[in-house]
Amino acid sequence: MKASKPASRRMKARLEAGLQLLAPATVVVAVGIGSSYVSSSNEIYFLNALVSVAIVVAIYVFVGNSGVLSFGQISFVAVGAFTAGVMTIPLESKLGVLPELFPLLREHTIGNVASLGLAAAVGGAFAFVVGLPLMRLSGLAAGIATFAVLEITHNVLREWVKIGPGATTLSLVPETTGALQATVGALVVVSVAFAYQRSRLGRLLRASREDAAAAQGVGVSVHRQRLWAFTLSGALAAFAGALLVHLLGSITTEQVYLELTFITLAMLVVGGLTSLWGAVLGALLVSGLDSFLSEAEQGVKVGFVVDLPQGSRLVFLGAIMALMLILRPVGITGGREFSLRRRRGAPA
Amino acid sequence: MTGPGLIAALDAQTVADAVGLGAVYALMAVGIGLVFGVLRLINFAYGQLVMAGAYTLAFTSDWPVAASIAACFVVVIALSLAMERAVFRPLRTQSPAVMLVTTFAVAFFLQSVALLIDIGDDTIGEPAASVASLNQAIDVGGVDVRKITIVAVVTAVVALSLLAILLARTSIGLHMRAAAADFQTARLVGVRANTVIGFAVLLSGVLAATVAVILTVQFPLVSPDFALRDTIVVLVGVVVGGIDRLWTATLGGFTIGFASGIINGALPTDETVFLPSAVFALVILVLLLRPAGLFARGPSSGVERV
Repeated sequence: MKASKPASRRMKARLEAGLQLLAPATVVVAVGIGSSYVSSSNEIYFLNALVSVAIVVAIYVFVGNSGVLSFGQISFVAVGAFTAGVMTIPLESKLGVLPELFPLLREHTIGNVASLGLAAAVGGAFAFVVGLPLMRLSGLAAGIATFAVLEITHNVLREWVKIGPGATTLSLVPETTGALQATVGALVVVSVAFAYQRSRLGRLLRASREDAAAAQGVGVSVHRQRLWAFTLSGALAAFAGALLVHLLGSITTEQVYLELTFITLAMLVVGGLTSLWGAVLGALLVSGLDSFLSEAEQGVKVGFVVDLPQGSRLVFLGAIMALMLILRPVGITGGREFSLRRRRGAPA
Repeated sequence: MTGPGLIAALDAQTVADAVGLGAVYALMAVGIGLVFGVLRLINFAYGQLVMAGAYTLAFTSDWPVAASIAACFVVVIALSLAMERAVFRPLRTQSPAVMLVTTFAVAFFLQSVALLIDIGDDTIGEPAASVASLNQAIDVGGVDVRKITIVAVVTAVVALSLLAILLARTSIGLHMRAAAADFQTARLVGVRANTVIGFAVLLSGVLAATVAVILTVQFPLVSPDFALRDTIVVLVGVVVGGIDRLWTATLGGFTIGFASGIINGALPTDETVFLPSAVFALVILVLLLRPAGLFARGPSSGVERV
């Protein structure tokens, strides 16, 4: 009996690790299935929530694992959204709506799934190039530098009509992000994030988050590890951006800019900055709350009738987010992964 | 006026406006830097304090000017202290990321409240015209300078001088400097945390109200995102200048305001569309070369490079 103990313990550890992926994946699938049981006017809320999960988990891959705050990840969402959007508009309408594009972009159109892959590749490449110099920075300097990336990306996308619609709305994008693609897309992002954080690279980066000096002392190249995470995060964020543009069918540069940056970061912190489970829960909870409040502005029945005054949605959303952060600054998960055991003490 | 004379006058004009903008940004930078000094917290909701002040000015437009400005100060200072009590105090021991994101949420909340109040009359934006007469220009040595520019610069110089005296000569100033240098040790030797933080927040509220008065003269239409863009630019300037010390932070705020003023005035409109890219590329460059801040002396203990 004694000899089998380490083996069973290893089994238990595996089981626990499996649960850490299974729990967020189950929630994502549940939301995906849920979307097909509600009226078509409510379906958009569920799909929005799934795309939010993809964006927030993408941000988590860098911010959560490295502990470095970045305000720049939404620039990769923007790059992904416009890459996928511009490349999937049907050829016959492209000449009319985007006449000034580079010929290469103007004369080619790719399929929906290919556009998701292309967006991820472009986003990853962009993040790698940006991260190469920027990942040397820490703390506030890193935060402001990544914010500068967001500003530059927004400015270029908004003004350069050879690569996109400029300041006008990009429209006529095929709306292919239905229940299936949104669910599978979110699952892909969650699984990649999970695989990364369990991998050697992910563990090296998390070690540097806990103590950069000690990690460097045992030979971890903090710069290189942060760069990998930044690149992966950029690719996933761009993939999520592609899902977003295919969900909405049209997009402007303002939709993937400051407000999205703040709300997705708030989702991540509300859930718990340092865990995948937290990123998923935070995204679902805040977007669920937002959906509920916008319904409540029209009057909604939950046992009793909730009827909020017009325009009060954002007030409540802001107040509830602020309250959650003040009352539970470590996030609803406390930054821990999903576990059936109740743990006490410091988060892992 | 002949060609070269026109250009020279334009330049002096641009410089005057740029100095005015730099002065306003310097005031905001001090307000943000004071709170950061004692709390290590970047208050993103600082712009919403200015916005609240601007709305107060707008809603009291038909009051006597002095009463309107007094109301602005009362509202902003009260809101600033309330923010400290309700938000900053419970978060005092949290990580900078959590504190910053919480102030996002607070900013978002205040902005939506303002929107809700503002659309009460079915239009967005309220005019604040009580001190609009300061927007007129006077001739100073052949250059048209708006009175408000002079007011802004004088106010900034006076406020910063008073602050310098306060920090250097009074006991509360000494406590604040001690707290900014090392909060834990300062508490051990008898500095009262709540007093020092409260005082810093109070001063930053006074500065926000001052900025509200100056900005509403230049931009009389008050909307919920009033001063939002300015706050973001000032935050960038503060970090680029060096947030660890109040003076480098202030200088950073002034520099980014002055630089935007110069660039904005010097270039024709059709060439300015990619200007934000150029400015922020410069920001990245400075941060890479001097992560502790452009004006910081020597390597800073607080910022590490990897």
